[in-house]
Amino acid sequence: MSNRKLLKGNVAFCYGAMAAKVDAFFGYPITPQNEVPEYLSVLLPEAGKVFVQAESEVAAINMVYGAAATGHRAMTSSSSPGVSLKQEGLSYIATCELPAVLINVQRAGPGLGGILAGQGDYFQTVKGGGHGDYHLITIAPWSVQDAYDFVPWAFELAEKYRNPVCILADGVIGQMQEAIELHDVDVKISEKPWAADGKKKAEKAIVNSLWVEPDKLEEVNRTLHAKYKVAKENEIKFEEYSVEDADLVLVAYGTSARICKSVVDLGRKQGLKIGLLRLITLFPFPDKEILRLSEAGKNFLTVEMSMGQMVEDVFMSVCGKSSVDFYGRTGGNILTVSEILDYAQKVIKDPCGPCTRSWEI
Amino acid sequence: MMKQVFKRTEGLKDKEFHYCGGCLHSVVHRLIGEVLEEMGLLDCTIGICPVGCAVFMYDYINTDMIEASHGRTPAVATAAKRCNPDKLVFAYQGDGDLASIGMAEIVHAAARGENATFIFINNGIYGMTGGQMAPTTLVGQKATTCQFGRDPKVHGMPMKMAEMLSVLDKPYYIERLAPTSPAGVNKTKAAIKKAFQYQLDGKGFQLLEILCTCPTQWGMTPVQALNHVDEVVKQTYPLGVFKDGGEKL
Ligand SMILES: Cc1ncc(C[n+]2csc(CCOP(=O)(O)OP(=O)(O)O)c2C)c(N)n1
Ligand code: SF4
Repeated sequence: MSNRKLLKGNVAFCYGAMAAKVDAFFGYPITPQNEVPEYLSVLLPEAGKVFVQAESEVAAINMVYGAAATGHRAMTSSSSPGVSLKQEGLSYIATCELPAVLINVQRAGPGLGGILAGQGDYFQTVKGGGHGDYHLITIAPWSVQDAYDFVPWAFELAEKYRNPVCILADGVIGQMQEAIELHDVDVKISEKPWAADGKKKAEKAIVNSLWVEPDKLEEVNRTLHAKYKVAKENEIKFEEYSVEDADLVLVAYGTSARICKSVVDLGRKQGLKIGLLRLITLFPFPDKEILRLSEAGKNFLTVEMSMGQMVEDVFMSVCGKSSVDFYGRTGGNILTVSEILDYAQKVIKDPCGPCTRSWEI
Repeated sequence: MMKQVFKRTEGLKDKEFHYCGGCLHSVVHRLIGEVLEEMGLLDCTIGICPVGCAVFMYDYINTDMIEASHGRTPAVATAAKRCNPDKLVFAYQGDGDLASIGMAEIVHAAARGENATFIFINNGIYGMTGGQMAPTTLVGQKATTCQFGRDPKVHGMPMKMAEMLSVLDKPYYIERLAPTSPAGVNKTKAAIKKAFQYQLDGKGFQLLEILCTCPTQWGMTPVQALNHVDEVVKQTYPLGVFKDGGEKL
């Protein structure tokens, strides 16, 4: 039976959470993600699950840590400044190898910034954000349908890798309405023999990230990185749109990618050979695919609502084999199709050239 | 055959404490272990340990344990209890952990009336990091970040957590104790037992503020430190029951 609904992205996240059989949500209000705690404050208790409005984002992420440590499916959501406050907790969760999900409905920064959409948290999200050598597995929705579908997927990844997963959205995804299909989700909840759940077992469980012996801590770091390597081999996801014969490939994620798709359609009508590489997993990052495309002679234009963050990863991926240009808007300004198309035309005529850090010029 | 008259509690793992001689953290650990064993709770308890000298508590207490980040023990305990309402959940914190960096978390756990047991070790100093001033440092007491003694004009006054939390509506049981004598040890043990029982009965937030020694950072011998608690510390932090929903005060 079709279950079609017109929903805001933030509300779709909540339905996704319920479909994923989330046990507990902990969050603190911040625009533009407020519908998430608002809806879950009703949906979760109705289902006999846990909802707590925490006293801060710091408390919220540590509640997620507590729930996850006892073997429960726990999540939090926030927006950029609030996510900054969660970083210490995320580092603990990653080090303790706990599954958990964070939704970041990014707003424009830095500082208190603005409440409109931004993509300025890419570095913070994919490079670690908190202290130490860990990574968040990061997935980027570009539609309200994705907002629903990605929550169960995020938990699947989180449990498979015993690692926190970030759904890196933005204010447009959170606030726009689209008709979506609320699919039934086949939820497989993993066994958690490591959980400190207070149940009788052969050996008492300890959830801990303190290792005072250097060799032991180094081993922990190696274990985490071995895990990221496996994730890189298995989980990379992207979509290619009119890339095959393109001379210039736009690279983008989330809202920027959605806009770039229209740029490609319009550009193609005008005879431009442009395509789009829409990134779905940001960590792990599809560097091999980008290298393959650059070896096939394609140049790149990275498009972000930032001053140039993901472009650094694209730049590293091409290994100097093609040019990587950049176009970005910030402050909550949403990219327009025409401004990107104008810039793409300029770049086609006059690319910055290999080994040039175009976003710094 | 010789008769066994004393045995180590099953509530503690067979592991040597790392605490300094004369440090009361170890006494409180033992009391928690004994009470958990006596109440038959070892296989249905989740303990949360802090960042501070008690950070290795997970190596000692023989229950499932979670090591929280500095100050966030009450947030972790909140989630652990709400997700596992049929388990006993206790949290253990020092005074830097609870009264400084984690002030918001403990106040809100108390305000929400989280049904968990909070054991608060007030030794008036930051033990683990080498003797810096704590929010609980006494007026005139020297610390490495107030070398001439705590000056109320510069550093403000000591924070009285048991009193502060008692003005909230939700806490069910709050008591301040000092295990500095056999009688004090017995009282502390009885209070831990009472708090755990209140939790099992679903009564809500319980906090025990336990005055402890830190001979190392106080620059005292263990005996001097015990006397110091009895003669000096108790003047700022009077013992007593501040809230007890189960008894008429
Ligand atoms: C976020 C953070 N800030 C600071 C520290 C450093 N630190 C470790 S223990 C501690 C103080 C502990 O003092 P207290 O809570 O009084 O416990 P005690 O050691 O006296 O038992 C501090 C500041 C830390 N580990 N994490
Ligand atoms: S430094 Fe103080 S609190 Fe820490 S173990 Fe030694 S005596 Fe105890």
